[in-house]
Amino acid sequence: MTIVGLTGDEAVAYAVKQSRVDIVAAYPITPQTIIVERFSKYVADGEVQTGYVCVESEHSALSACIGASLTGARVFTATSSQGLALMHEMLYVASGLRCPIVMGVANRALSAPINIHGDHSDMMGSRDSGWVQIYAENAQEAYDWTLQAFKLAEDKDVQLPVSVNLDGFIITHCMEGVDTLEDEAVSQFLQTRKPLFTVDPEKPITVGALCFTDYYYEFKRQQVEAMQNARGVLDKVCKEYKGVAGRHYGVLETFGMEDAEAAVICLGSTAGTAREVARKLRAQGRKVGVVKLWLYRPFPNEDVGAALGHVKAVAVFDKAISFGARYGALCSDVVSALHTLKECPKIFNVVFGLGGRDVQPADIELIFNEALEAAKTGLVKEETVFLGVRE
Amino acid sequence: MGAVVVEAGSSLKYKTGDWRAFRPIVDKGKCVNCLLCWIYCPDSSIIRKEKWVEVNYDYCKGCGICAHECPTKAIEMVEEQK
Repeated sequence: MTIVGLTGDEAVAYAVKQSRVDIVAAYPITPQTIIVERFSKYVADGEVQTGYVCVESEHSALSACIGASLTGARVFTATSSQGLALMHEMLYVASGLRCPIVMGVANRALSAPINIHGDHSDMMGSRDSGWVQIYAENAQEAYDWTLQAFKLAEDKDVQLPVSVNLDGFIITHCMEGVDTLEDEAVSQFLQTRKPLFTVDPEKPITVGALCFTDYYYEFKRQQVEAMQNARGVLDKVCKEYKGVAGRHYGVLETFGMEDAEAAVICLGSTAGTAREVARKLRAQGRKVGVVKLWLYRPFPNEDVGAALGHVKAVAVFDKAISFGARYGALCSDVVSALHTLKECPKIFNVVFGLGGRDVQPADIELIFNEALEAAKTGLVKEETVFLGVRE
Repeated sequence: MGAVVVEAGSSLKYKTGDWRAFRPIVDKGKCVNCLLCWIYCPDSSIIRKEKWVEVNYDYCKGCGICAHECPTKAIEMVEEQK
């Protein structure tokens, strides 16, 4: 194991290099650019055997990836924001054709107004496209999850595309000491992909054929099944990864939840700040905790229920808006995971960080205080808090 | 899985005639074998016989053009019973 100074983007590119990917087709977009920039350097320097397809748009990038994946190749792409939006049509084709593509998503706000900074609007806008969604907290996690994502995607019971999300700039551009594996260790963990179908002139197959009222529904039902399988396969993959890397991942990570009365649940880099604030508050004897969700799709209902079921109040942090809905996407999922419990905690939504709006420890402390208040009184003062907005 | 068709040429097995709501029935007595229906049929579903025509119900989609064009009114469109 070697500790290397890498930004989140570079960490992803390095993991892709070690994953011995056959094809990369991608189009650069801030703040994802460095992933493909760094990887194209590996290609140009002859450090990898990967075929790099230069395309004219993200729609073409994912289209090329789908074609390559269907031949049995290991495939990677990366994008962000408008690029992911331009891929939208092909996202559904990738999952529908069960292509185990791994995509790095440098989460960024969507236009308009145009903005390059980090929030989750892009991936939340693609929430129902049938992709497994994983959110990393830092560059280390982005590296570790990229390696694990290939194994998860390519598992015979999953065969689904996986997105590894990293917060734009906060993770993509911040340099950290990343504990990397030796190439041999990665090769041992991640063997060559074993595709269920391959391109063979002796045994021709048809993919993407017309499928009407007679069968379409059944294929969608199979995707539901595959998503459910991904939950269990993830545990298996994480266990194996622990064996080679020593770091143990899962569907979520908790801090202080054993005796917490009020909790915050969030995705990605926010968890680091929330944990630090919780540590400070706990030192003052206040019973708060943090749940960081690594796996967002499939949504781990039971795990979220087990992690949050015993607290009195939960603040759900959403770095995206679902216009016209009662809650943001994550909050809706948390409510649906908890509402069947005998005693459902008081839940409120915190919309924050849109367009990269900074969230300071003091902001999160404010929310912990709100949550503790709700835990004490049993009342939610404000159903949705727009944290840090000027109005 | 993934809607993969694992054999070649399987489109031959896809009989598109099951879209049909109305079935053309040919009255062989009235048919003068002029073949206007054969010319007009957009799906090549009219089968030529020596003295009259028949319909290939595997592919006929029941559009009714044959019945409309028939000069002797030898073709009647009858609703399909499912």
